[in-house]
Order: sequence, then C-alpha cells, then structure tokens
Amino acid sequence: MTTQLSPDATIPLTVNGDARAVAPGTTVAALLASLDLDARLVVVEHNRVILRDRELLPAITLAPGDVLEIVHFVGGG
Amino acid sequence: MTGTLVPQAGTALDPFVIGGRSFASRLMVGTGKYRSNDEMVRAITASGAEVVTVAVRRVNLDRSKEEGVLHHLDPSRFFLLANTAGCYTVEDTLRYARLARAAGFNEWVKLEVIGDQESLLPDAHGTIEATRILAAEGFMVMAYTNDDLISALRLEDAGAVAVMPLASPIGSGLGMLNPYAIRTIKHRLSVPIIVDAGVGTASDACVVMEQGVDGILMNTALAAAQDPVRMAHAMRLAVEAGRDAWLAGRMPRREVAVPSSPTTGLLG
Repeated sequence: MTTQLSPDATIPLTVNGDARAVAPGTTVAALLASLDLDARLVVVEHNRVILRDRELLPAITLAPGDVLEIVHFVGGG
Repeated sequence: MTGTLVPQAGTALDPFVIGGRSFASRLMVGTGKYRSNDEMVRAITASGAEVVTVAVRRVNLDRSKEEGVLHHLDPSRFFLLANTAGCYTVEDTLRYARLARAAGFNEWVKLEVIGDQESLLPDAHGTIEATRILAAEGFMVMAYTNDDLISALRLEDAGAVAVMPLASPIGSGLGMLNPYAIRTIKHRLSVPIIVDAGVGTASDACVVMEQGVDGILMNTALAAAQDPVRMAHAMRLAVEAGRDAWLAGRMPRREVAVPSSPTTGLLG
C-alpha cells in the first residue's frame, strides 16, 4: 500500500502486511527510524525470526521479499 | 479504634508470591477498552494494582504513537504481564508469547488459547500444550482456563506458575458462576489461583476473594463502569475486604436464629 517514494527504493518488503520498498543497504534499525518508531518500544520479527537482541538491528540488512512484523504492547485484558 | 492491631492483607504478614516473586497487590488489572488513556492511568492508579496486562499487536504504521500503551504507562511503575489474547491455536500463542518476551521486560505471560469466538471460552487442551512448551523455554506461565479442576491440575503439572480459572466468560460481568469449582481448584492445587474474567462489580470481587483464592485479574469491570476510577477504588477495597474476610474465617451458617443479646436479665 504505502511505498517509499525515493527513486532508489528498489528493495520490496512486506511490513505488517503492507507492501513497502526501501533503498538497497537499508537495515532493520534504519527501517524503524524511517517509520518514526522507537526501537526500545517495539519488537521486530524478520522472516518469522524474532529479533530479541536489539543491538543486532543495525546489523541486519533487508533483502528483497523480506517479511517483517513490527509489534508493540497495546491495551488488553 | 486503632487499625494497627489487624495485620493488613497484602503486607509482609500476608505475602502474595507467584513463581518466587512477591507482588504488592492481589488485584491485577487490564489496560483494554478504556475511553481514554488518561482515564486508564487514573483507574489503574486507583486500583492499587502492581500487575497490569497488555496485549501484543501490530504497530499501526500510520499512527503508532497514539496506540502503544507504553506511551502512557510507565513500565518502571508497573509489572507488565503480556497476554496472548486473540490466539486460537497453540502455534499462534507461542508466537505471541515469544514476541512479548522479546520486548525485554520480563519472562512472564498470561497465556490464553481461546477455543471459541462466540463464548471466548479457553481451549484447555491447547493451553496445557502451550504451557508445557513455554515453561520449558523458561517462561513464567500464568494460564487462563475454565473453572475445571482437571484442566487446572494438568496446567500445574505442565509447569504453570499460577492457574487462572474464569469466574464467568470474558467481559460478561456475570460474577462467579461456580464457587464450588473455584474452591475445589484452590483446595487441590499448590500454585497460586488467580480468578480471571467475569467479575462485574465490587461484591463479585469480594465473594471471589472469600473463596480463598490468591488474587483476581479484571479489565472490563473497570473500563466499562460509568466511572472507572471510582470502580477501581471500589475493587481495591473489595479485594482487600474479601481477603481479610477469608483470613478471618467466617462464622458457621445456621438455619435457625441465635440471639445476640443475653436471654437472662430480661424485665419481669
């Protein structure tokens, strides 16, 4: 749905069910920053692997076809 | 009268310990369905709860700042207990529990495997299986279940640190439908019993605690009250009153009247 408008956004991803694209070399940490998300308040699942160690987020480069789920805590009982 | 002669429930004289961790309040509350985040925070504060439950959901990438509960609740003030609400399969439940743990606050999970969309009643088989797997992974599992003794026993055997039988269906506000079943579960299990779901008003909470259970978890009873903050205060008092009444030991029920005043010394 929402696609990055930058001309070098050539890496297609699925983020929370929506199609997106990022520039080559974009890391998980950079993706979160571009979405204005605080990495300390979200959890990322990358191709069904939960990224428990937040220090690794800047080290993981996104590849074409990657599927990401970005979750957080919401009100619940 | 001085109140200091009576040991207060919820203090060192009446410790509330689950899985080796001591908790300050026997009332645990959810964070869902409030009319506003401000009202939620004020109600939770009035409830005196230490444990607050939260759910795991996708970030809405268009308006994330308004949805995350941690933008409103200080995680250093409360013990965050993530639930697996909305999960209908063991696989989904494990995924949500692991995502919640990766948030980095603690290893605890309020495990729910729902068996039916209409009644929201728990799938006991699935809950037992998920409990076994997560307990082996080091999770502290508090398992939501039916008011069924056998399921409760199996959950304890599977490694749950607390078992959470329902008073009545989630969000129903019907109060405790089967006090005998709740008492039986409490009597037979060694782990703490936290009644979860179904409490509608303060008297419901008080009666639940009078069964001798260790605590109560509620959400809708506060969030859907006309005045959630006042109801939260009422629930705090009700849980303490019910706990104290249980510790005090009630008088025997009698089918006949017994006079409270002397039957001698009456005027001739």
